[in-house]
Amino acid sequence: MAQTLLQVEDLHTQFFTRRGVVRAVDGVSLHIDAGETLGVVGESGCGKTMTALSVLRLVPDPGRITSGRILFRGRDVTKMTDDEIRDFRGNDVAMIFQDPMTSLNPVTKIGSQIEEAMTAHKRFSPQEAGVRVIQLLKRVRVPAAERRVSDYPHQFSGGMRQRAMIAMGLANEPSLLIADEPTTALDVTVQAQIIDLLKQLNRELGTAMMLITHNMALVASLCERVVVMYAGRVVEEGPVERIFKSPQHPYTWSLLRSVPRVDELRKDRLVSIKGLPPDLSNAPPGCKFHPRCPFVIDRCKREEPELAEVAPNQVARCWVLMRNVPEEAAEVTKQVVISEEAAKKLQEIPGAGS
Amino acid sequence: MALPAATIEQLGQWEVPEQQIGLWSDALQRFRRNRLAIAGAAVVLLLVLIAFGSPLLVQLHLIADPLKQHVEFIEAAPGQNGYAFGADELGRDTLSRLLFGSRVSLAVGIFVQAIILPIGLAIGLTAGYFGGRIDNLLMRFTDIWYAFPDLLFVLVVVSVFGPSLLTIFGAIALVNWVGLARLVRGQVLSIKEKEFIEAARSSGSAPAKLILKHLLPNSLGPIIVTLTFGIPQAIFLEAVLSFLGVGIQPPTPTWGQMVFDGYENIYANPTSVVFPALAIGFTLLAFSFVGDGLRDALDPRMKR
Repeated sequence: MAQTLLQVEDLHTQFFTRRGVVRAVDGVSLHIDAGETLGVVGESGCGKTMTALSVLRLVPDPGRITSGRILFRGRDVTKMTDDEIRDFRGNDVAMIFQDPMTSLNPVTKIGSQIEEAMTAHKRFSPQEAGVRVIQLLKRVRVPAAERRVSDYPHQFSGGMRQRAMIAMGLANEPSLLIADEPTTALDVTVQAQIIDLLKQLNRELGTAMMLITHNMALVASLCERVVVMYAGRVVEEGPVERIFKSPQHPYTWSLLRSVPRVDELRKDRLVSIKGLPPDLSNAPPGCKFHPRCPFVIDRCKREEPELAEVAPNQVARCWVLMRNVPEEAAEVTKQVVISEEAAKKLQEIPGAGS
Repeated sequence: MALPAATIEQLGQWEVPEQQIGLWSDALQRFRRNRLAIAGAAVVLLLVLIAFGSPLLVQLHLIADPLKQHVEFIEAAPGQNGYAFGADELGRDTLSRLLFGSRVSLAVGIFVQAIILPIGLAIGLTAGYFGGRIDNLLMRFTDIWYAFPDLLFVLVVVSVFGPSLLTIFGAIALVNWVGLARLVRGQVLSIKEKEFIEAARSSGSAPAKLILKHLLPNSLGPIIVTLTFGIPQAIFLEAVLSFLGVGIQPPTPTWGQMVFDGYENIYANPTSVVFPALAIGFTLLAFSFVGDGLRDALDPRMKR
């Protein structure tokens, strides 16, 4: 059993706005072992990014961590002093952001930005840092690294900038790298390169990774374990194979059905999840997913289920569970309502339509 | 048309020679394309040369001593008795006084900005970076300061502390820092939300580093532009003070003072007003053109 690196216990992060309290993270518990890759998935606005920012105590105003513990190697992040937290950021846990176009300072050279991450912690002398910058850029496969260190961000392409961001994240050899949608802003071919790079770095350096994404394919190719979040809560968690083969929470199941998969030929349509995630300042009673759930029962509207073990290492928060849903019932929900006009047009295209 | 695999591999190794264009050299190129700005810069350069060179010219007897009075040549017309620009009501050489006047004007313009810069930066950066209550406090203080009439404030300061160079510089700076403080705060507020600030924070950078390395350099362009536009403003205010008789005291020649002196005899000898007024006008125009050019050159959205 690997050593537990990060242990988040019953974390609540709330935003105190004029319209009321927004419960962005509402009792999330999760853990990451050393060297492990954990995927955190869910729609936009379900608390993934806020969970990550809470770990680094970078929640923007007017948000606050209101309760819960974040233990990193046994030290509680929420109780650290300002100096301790500054030393913790980048040194123990580093984060890379979604948009490499805006994550680099446009008026500072790439090399000196990576150096800054190192000199902030005094782990390397300025001379060492200068040498390390080139090594890091080589490590993230930036060609002609010696020359590129003195380039400005606008001279880098999107994929290159994300590599530079990753180099910056790795600068102090953190034991955990949080990647918040690292490929969303990149085009598909570059995405694949970045995924390969992250995979390789995880293998070579043993850096644990927390990958925040809504891209199921990315999770499948990179992660060992998956946490599914909805409305600020963990609704399902388990090893990646189990989650993909036999999701138990209707939300996970719906998410998986809404993306195309390369590994199986499907004849049925992709189905979108109807509705939108709930307003987190005014969440529905009972199970948070019940207004959108195709298998809702009365109990869902009154009581919220606890996370319960549904298989070895797999937990889900649901009264129904997918294995109890008859296949025919699941089939019914696949039917998509399309207008007659659209249906007619589909008929006219040879080979299209069902 | 598919390329053979070997060729594709080779393509990857070809390096595209690229011209290294830094931010500043890029800005310089854009500035150079602006003719008015170049003309303005030339005038400013000429002024600087005159300001430094005029005492030398007196020593070489190329121009007369600006303080020396010749009773016999009072109100001499331009070109008369060797006075190229005429003489004033005390028989002093107008040309020489004009050249020496540039010293005061340039000094006012530049030293006032040197006082404004630290005040504006300190207040703007603090308010913008820390936000919340500190921001509120500092900005309300700035508002109150701004509400006070400029000229009245300067007059009060000068009459209390006496019209020395230092009080005049200080007084003009004290009424002009508000604009810069507001601008810096606005810049910081918008840059603070950029992701690279969050990225730097997530890698453990200290607040001082964030401010000095990320916030300040990114707002440098607008700051330089504001300071450049501040120079003619300060020069004009000093001229007004001199005209009102509370500026730099006679006999030191300043353009405002010269307008004031000539004003009394404007019908008899209009040139003694026209020349200093033209000097003020051209100087303001030159700095404004330079400011305009800098604004366009330093604005990243004005690419090409």
